[in-house]
Amino acid sequence: MPATTTLAPVTESSQELRRALTAVDPGRRRKDRAMRGVIYGAFALAMIPLVSLVWSVLTNGLGRFDLYFLTHSMRNVFGGMDAGGVYHALLGTVLITLVTTLISVPIGILTAIYLVEYGQGPLARAVTFFVDVMTGIPSIVAGLFAFALFYLLVGPTRSGLVGSVALAVLMIPVVIRSTEEMLRLVPHELREASYALGVPKWLTIVKVVLRTAVAGITTGVMIAIARVIGETAPLIITVGVTDSINRNVFEGNMMTLPVYVYRQYAAGLVPCAPGDASCIATINYDRAWSAALVLILVVMLLNLVARGVSRWFAPKTRA
Amino acid sequence: MASPTTATTPPAAPARVARTRTKPTDRGLDRAFRYLSVGSGVLILAVLAAVAIFLVLEGLPALTDSELADKVQWIPEGGTLWSLVGPLIFGTVLAALVSLAIAVPVAVGIALFISHYAPRRLASALGYLVDLLAAIPSVVFGLWGVLVLAPRLQPVWQFLADYLGWIPLFEGDAHGNASNPPRVLMTTAVVLAVMILPIITAVSREVFLQVPRLHEEAALALGATRWELVRMAVLPFGRSGVISAAMLGLGRALGETMAVLMILSPGLLYSFQLLVASQQQTIAANIAAKFNDADDIGRSTLIATGLALFVITMLVNMAARWIVARRKDFSGAN
Repeated sequence: MPATTTLAPVTESSQELRRALTAVDPGRRRKDRAMRGVIYGAFALAMIPLVSLVWSVLTNGLGRFDLYFLTHSMRNVFGGMDAGGVYHALLGTVLITLVTTLISVPIGILTAIYLVEYGQGPLARAVTFFVDVMTGIPSIVAGLFAFALFYLLVGPTRSGLVGSVALAVLMIPVVIRSTEEMLRLVPHELREASYALGVPKWLTIVKVVLRTAVAGITTGVMIAIARVIGETAPLIITVGVTDSINRNVFEGNMMTLPVYVYRQYAAGLVPCAPGDASCIATINYDRAWSAALVLILVVMLLNLVARGVSRWFAPKTRA
Repeated sequence: MASPTTATTPPAAPARVARTRTKPTDRGLDRAFRYLSVGSGVLILAVLAAVAIFLVLEGLPALTDSELADKVQWIPEGGTLWSLVGPLIFGTVLAALVSLAIAVPVAVGIALFISHYAPRRLASALGYLVDLLAAIPSVVFGLWGVLVLAPRLQPVWQFLADYLGWIPLFEGDAHGNASNPPRVLMTTAVVLAVMILPIITAVSREVFLQVPRLHEEAALALGATRWELVRMAVLPFGRSGVISAAMLGLGRALGETMAVLMILSPGLLYSFQLLVASQQQTIAANIAAKFNDADDIGRSTLIATGLALFVITMLVNMAARWIVARRKDFSGAN
């Protein structure tokens, strides 16, 4: 690297000396400026899709987003009818996510407890490694697994439960990761104090460790829910589709919000007879956008509440 | 496994017996709870094994059937399972690599912006904005990609086909045109790139923030500009982190279904033409498109392709984790 500063005669004013010492030769400065531009540009570039996506979901989705849309199903809705809503899909998403959570949370938290409180040796290392690997399972493969599992056990079947198992495969590793992080934050002194009082280990874990970390765990679980609630592919092959309301998770096809978005998109434009005022050609796309808006609102709400929980109920352990 | 921590070890020498109640360290509920938590740890391993086993079991009929092409209509005439899986793997890897080529430079730029360029107070808020992208469901990306983004990209693809058509990747169709509507691999790759941006950014950002302060100050003391600081101190330190981040992103892109399913017009060719429709298809999108209408042997075939996807993503993810783990061992930080 060439010397970039020249020794200024002592007689010169300190201002000039300073300038001479801090001056960078033009080539390097140009490069620095250019790269700064590139890096700012990269960030701006990434904001384009975010803004464009949110904007198009809002502008296209708000049109049909009303109480009617939220409280009606697609039963007996056909062609370009100005009707139909998302109630059955909303219900299906809530039920399936609920079952998924019921499966994933106990397994996830117990595994995290194992890793933090008991885990040593090759088994713990294997579990840690494969939890990482499990986060990378493609969602469609999780769907295939759930389908194959139920196919071999009870024959060909589609139900909310199969979808829940598929989603649980995707959700468990996320729950483990976040819970594990939270449990490791619990100060060791708390455990030792509990042991010193003669409290058995399991009670220490339940009453001291988990209670201290409960806010963080709740946040982690909600973020995990937010992540699986938008999964589409595994549900297409495990839960199927329906236009009617199905409240039974154990039997029959169910509709879910993401699959609803996909189905409405796939239905495409409606060929309307000319002059038919009651027929809306773009009705399917409109419904898809509105359902996408509902879906994004649900996900954002979960994220916000999760962050709120961790902020307001943060463990008061820091001295 | 039952290694009691120091706290639960009973007093070493209960000489004055009368007052010391020996503490049962591993009895009753204590033992039950330990079994429960070890059990769920083992369950995780079992589930992962079960995924592999059930996919193999269900895929077996297709893997062993020698006359598969006659029974499954979407396998080319006279072909074998490989004439379906081969092009699908090719399409999957091609789409993932192109999206990676788009996403990595941008993600590294964003990570540098957040870690070394943005005003410190804004940095975390700006990082949160990028994380928001990760929260958006893939089906919404697909909807946006096909209805909003694709029409706007068509002129760009046409431009590429017109002026860079001599590069095989950007070659147009028989008339030298990019397909319209642009339901082509390039559009898909752009949407995939947006989807994997957050994870690559997040991992790279973490690594860049770990660069030892002294390295940076040493660079600055030598008179380095901001960019020279990045080039001499930050990037060399973060290289392996960026590589593993890219591989995690690759894993995501390989398995992504909905965006591909909604945008790409499928074909089964070994074709590098990114701007022409009906050339390639990915494994995941192919499964989602055909699974519900398939008969038993058809489903079995699709599950066999899913097995291939599972193996590929596992290998990529394990490699990524391995790089991360190795880096932890050797880097001075932490």
